[in-house]
Amino acid sequence: MRSLLCRIAAAIALVNGAAMIPAEAQEGTVPPAPNDLTAEIDPLDNPYHVDDGKVDRGTYNGYRRYHSSCHVCHGPDGLGSSFAPALVESLKSLDYVAFAEVVVNGRQAQGATGNSVMPSFAFDPNVMEYMNDIYGYLKARTDGALDRGRPQRLPK
Amino acid sequence: MQLYRLALVAVTATAIAGGVAANEDVINMQSDPSNWAMQLGNYQGHRYSQLDQIDTGNVGDLQVKWTFSTGVLRGHEGGPIVVGDTMYIHTPVPNIVYALDLNDNGRIIWSYEPRQDPSVIPVMCCDTVNRGVAVADGKVFLAQADNTVVALDAKTGEPIWSVKNGDHARGETLTAAPVVVRDKVFIGISGGEFGVRGSLTAYNTNDGSRVWRAYSTGPDSEALIDPNKTMMMGKPIGEADLGVSTWNGDEWKIGGGTTWGWYTYDPDLDLIYYGTGNPGTWNPAQRALNGERVDNKWSMSIFARDPDTGLAKWVYQKTPFDEWDYDGINENILADIEIGGQMRKVLVNFDRNGFGYTLDRETGELLVAEKFDPTVNWASHVDMATGRPVVLDQYSTFVQGEDVNTEGVCPAALGSKDQQPASFSPDTGLFYVPTNHICMDYEPFAVSYSSGQPYIGATLSMFPAPNSHGGMGNFIAWDAAKGEIVWSKPEPFAVWSGALTTAGGVAFYGTLEGYVVGVDMEDGEELYRFKTPSGIIGNINTYEHNGQQYIGVLSGVGGWAGIGLAAGLTGDSEGLGAVGAHKALGDYTRLGGVLTVFGLPN
Repeated sequence: MRSLLCRIAAAIALVNGAAMIPAEAQEGTVPPAPNDLTAEIDPLDNPYHVDDGKVDRGTYNGYRRYHSSCHVCHGPDGLGSSFAPALVESLKSLDYVAFAEVVVNGRQAQGATGNSVMPSFAFDPNVMEYMNDIYGYLKARTDGALDRGRPQRLPK
Repeated sequence: MQLYRLALVAVTATAIAGGVAANEDVINMQSDPSNWAMQLGNYQGHRYSQLDQIDTGNVGDLQVKWTFSTGVLRGHEGGPIVVGDTMYIHTPVPNIVYALDLNDNGRIIWSYEPRQDPSVIPVMCCDTVNRGVAVADGKVFLAQADNTVVALDAKTGEPIWSVKNGDHARGETLTAAPVVVRDKVFIGISGGEFGVRGSLTAYNTNDGSRVWRAYSTGPDSEALIDPNKTMMMGKPIGEADLGVSTWNGDEWKIGGGTTWGWYTYDPDLDLIYYGTGNPGTWNPAQRALNGERVDNKWSMSIFARDPDTGLAKWVYQKTPFDEWDYDGINENILADIEIGGQMRKVLVNFDRNGFGYTLDRETGELLVAEKFDPTVNWASHVDMATGRPVVLDQYSTFVQGEDVNTEGVCPAALGSKDQQPASFSPDTGLFYVPTNHICMDYEPFAVSYSSGQPYIGATLSMFPAPNSHGGMGNFIAWDAAKGEIVWSKPEPFAVWSGALTTAGGVAFYGTLEGYVVGVDMEDGEELYRFKTPSGIIGNINTYEHNGQQYIGVLSGVGGWAGIGLAAGLTGDSEGLGAVGAHKALGDYTRLGGVLTVFGLPN
């Protein structure tokens, strides 16, 4: 957990003008998360609890926050759109730290569709305060642990 | 000023009987049916053409005459403008404008491509669309995404002047097509999902100097309202500064009410008409006052304003205290129709909220308000005495409350109709309307405002209207005097393209899969269908060149439709019948801006 906090702090520090980490250096194939219902939620090792379609509080909140701040570009349920990539594909190769780095710093890419620009959300409390939840939700979707649509909540 | 007006009246007296001058050049261009001189065809927004060479008997023979790739892949809204031998087309960001030579198979006479800061792109909530250019007085007017308004020389494409209308760092952008009246060009603003404060601004067409700006929220002095003169429901508003007092604290300063739709103008009454969008956050609880609903004026309203001063002659709020993102910016079509045995000068608006409104366009008196999609359920009806919708608690996201998922609300936030403009045919007296047939679940929750960041505060999931044909759209014919659907043609996807009607008796629209469809205006029978290279969210226009009638349209899927529907909606495998069997738009079409021009065989 401490190392996680350090890594997030490092990602956030990048906002203040440091060079961006080259995306490819961060990306590889990310194995599915364990979904260990007995272990604490931890965005690095155990980002979500899903049991029979029901999710923990954070993953549910991630569903809501994603569909408020992210889906207007990335499409419903992380499936992508004509405007921005499907995050259920992106998170197959972006781990939590790489994900956080893009959310914090934004990203620009020149592609066949012209400039593709992800803004920095570093100053958006609706995203920064819930980044772990958003990641947990998208990771559950990416791993196939969670279907489309509104998840049900696990009892506390 | 008065002298100037009188002089112009004299010049244009033949063009407009009894009216004050509109813009002589624009009136002349639009009165020649061989041109398609304005995005909506004419000042009144009819999207109707007197051309009749293509008719119900031969439309089936239409063939592609020529095509042109815009070189841009994003969503292409708006449509081609034709004046004389030149066609003007535009693209989404980077907002290229092309002048094409119709005498030389569309050779590029000139092109204009502005340099824009790429950080504009992510504050365009729903794709980097642009709804087209305006042509007047030898100039082409373009509203760029980065808030630059530019006047180009129509002959050379050289910029004559430019002016900044907003700041993308605050979430402000431009997407709407300008309209020119006399020596003023009207520019709206986009950014309703970023907590901007909407406005309409008039600039001098000669030098770009600002003449007036009317905000959609705030004190009367800034909303250009005179509470003793500006009418609401047939009488003066009476109370001052409702644009402040109907908000929770300072929420009006980030209160939305953007103006990204289409603007129309009545040369006889000398009034311009436009709509204002959704108020601030999508979480209604944050806009309530002491826990009660409050109107959030003047979001979700139709304004009629004096083009010279901006002063509001009348205003009508369609959805006070929005709880569903029924963004009220849709076009206001000006027509003269018979109601109760009398010819009336009316304004007809197909609102996102699913009601088709008919108002007296001189006074703002409400004449008709009926649902133009039978599934609309958030309100039982509009109270004709107060003009207010009667909202049902079951579908009120405010009554159900924050953190509660209000289910089965129709229409979805896309609206029963989005920006795709409808058409009015003076031949049939009917309106031809591209519509959406989609419902939603909506859960509002607390959200913080941060300048230039999304300010939404709700999550919603959308699905095809239940207990219907399974498709997500209809193309309908509407009787605005009775408030009734005359016929309705189902479509698998939302109909997101501007409609066209013609004296040949054929109505045209485009589909999200990319089809150009021609139907019989009498009964909606399909007469023609051709699949263009990409989905159509642009408007179908027509013009005549060297004695031949042509149909022109920009394909290029995207926009809010491309974002919401690319991956398909939820519930798409739940026994929706044949028309609803395959819901993912991405299975049918991909990005790509292409102009396709159709004509009859030689």
